[in-house]
Amino acid sequence: MIKLVNISKEYRNGVTALYDINMEIKKGEFVFLVGSSGAGKSTLIKLLLKEEGISRGKLYLDGMDITRVPNRRIPYIRRKVGVVFQDFRLLPNKTVYENVAFAMEITGSSPREIRRRVPIILSMVNLSRKASSFPDQLSGGEQQRVSIARSIVNNPPVLIADEPTGNLDPDTAGEIMKVLLDINNRGTTIIMATHAREIVNSMKKRVIALEDGRLVRDEEKGGYSIEIPNI
Amino acid sequence: MWRNRSMGIASITSISAVLMILGVVLILILSINNAVLDTKLKFDEVEVFLVEDLSNESMDIIEETVKEYPGVLSILFRSKEQALEIMKEEWAEEAYLLDGLETNPLPDAYIIKVNDIEYADELVNDVKTLDGVEEVKYYKDVIDKLLIFAGYIQFGGIMIIGILVFISVFIISNTIKITVSSRRREINIMKYVGATNGYIRGPFIMEGVFLGIIGAMISIAIVYFGYEYFYNSMNDKLYDLFTFYLVDPKLIFADLAIMFGTIGSGIGALGSLVSLKRFLNV
Repeated sequence: MIKLVNISKEYRNGVTALYDINMEIKKGEFVFLVGSSGAGKSTLIKLLLKEEGISRGKLYLDGMDITRVPNRRIPYIRRKVGVVFQDFRLLPNKTVYENVAFAMEITGSSPREIRRRVPIILSMVNLSRKASSFPDQLSGGEQQRVSIARSIVNNPPVLIADEPTGNLDPDTAGEIMKVLLDINNRGTTIIMATHAREIVNSMKKRVIALEDGRLVRDEEKGGYSIEIPNI
Repeated sequence: MWRNRSMGIASITSISAVLMILGVVLILILSINNAVLDTKLKFDEVEVFLVEDLSNESMDIIEETVKEYPGVLSILFRSKEQALEIMKEEWAEEAYLLDGLETNPLPDAYIIKVNDIEYADELVNDVKTLDGVEEVKYYKDVIDKLLIFAGYIQFGGIMIIGILVFISVFIISNTIKITVSSRRREINIMKYVGATNGYIRGPFIMEGVFLGIIGAMISIAIVYFGYEYFYNSMNDKLYDLFTFYLVDPKLIFADLAIMFGTIGSGIGALGSLVSLKRFLNV
């Protein structure tokens, strides 16, 4: 689904954020992206979202080379990659329903299609009863679920979650993880950048660790950090 | 949209100003064209207007002098009464206006036909010096002067309009910029969800076009009614030569409306595009 070949990213100010990254993420996988702040997680996500250009290497999405694409094609790539942020990024003057429907309107779905699909997605994230609430009337966990609903309403094959539980208490974070797992079980590939050690350790999913812009670990059913055996 | 009302008003005003000046220049040029077309028909004619109650002797002298010139085809006397008749014919439906005159303000005149314009300038200069000649009208002069005048107006008009268009685009782009930055969050989200630039631009361009069209409507109203008023009041002064060539406001209204609408919305759209360019490059 996603393939990075020898990818490096150097910012214009000369800072190198990623060195020679190689990875392949298969369809339907759930991958944690871990590493301390400044390790390159955000840069990697920006490359996947085509927010930043790639200095060297090749990037493939769904078999397509998207290393360099003209600006006008970027929106169509973003429709294949849903994204959820730590700060939710909801429109405060729109209801829950409208926030989700908005994503479908933008991509040119018919009103009938929108009326059909939005309620289904809202029930998937357990927000059917809050459809006409405004974001500021919701708890953090609920807001994040709206954001998740919005990111998957157009049925993207890949979902990127950038510290989706960063602003939430552990119980609420657990709810969010349940929703993400559910989405993953329906076939969506998920890449989740996180600092939440407990979540990573308990889920036993693939873990990719970055450190100073280098890929230092890629482990199936891994933990947040390498266990150093006591001698 | 009305969150930044003063900027909106500034935009509309600047577009109106551009279009109003364009309208005035256009009317001037059209009127001059009218005059040029009409006088071109009389290209081979020299009109010699005589002072009031000129003696037969003086008239004879003028007639003889002219006849001796090479290139003169014919010389005809046109009395002031005949001149009025001709004018009535030309004015057709509005001729009743002339009935109200107490005295005939038109002068007696000789109409000289030349078959060779080469000599016309010389003839005109000589006849001017003769006794009893009030004024000589040779239309080649008039045409030349009109054309030069039209050229100045066109050039000046284009310069002024160019500068004003630039200013309008600038003002509108700033107006739209305010709206854009107030909706930055929304635009940002739209981009992540995969909205095309066209989709994002749409509403802002509509806003620019909307401002442009309002500006166009205001300027059409001002130019049209202002000019109509001017036209009517000028036409009351019957003997004024220039008013005769003024274009009829009714004839130009539709063209003016189409042109103003197009240019106004064009300026609006351009202003929006300029302000959006920076925001969309993510």
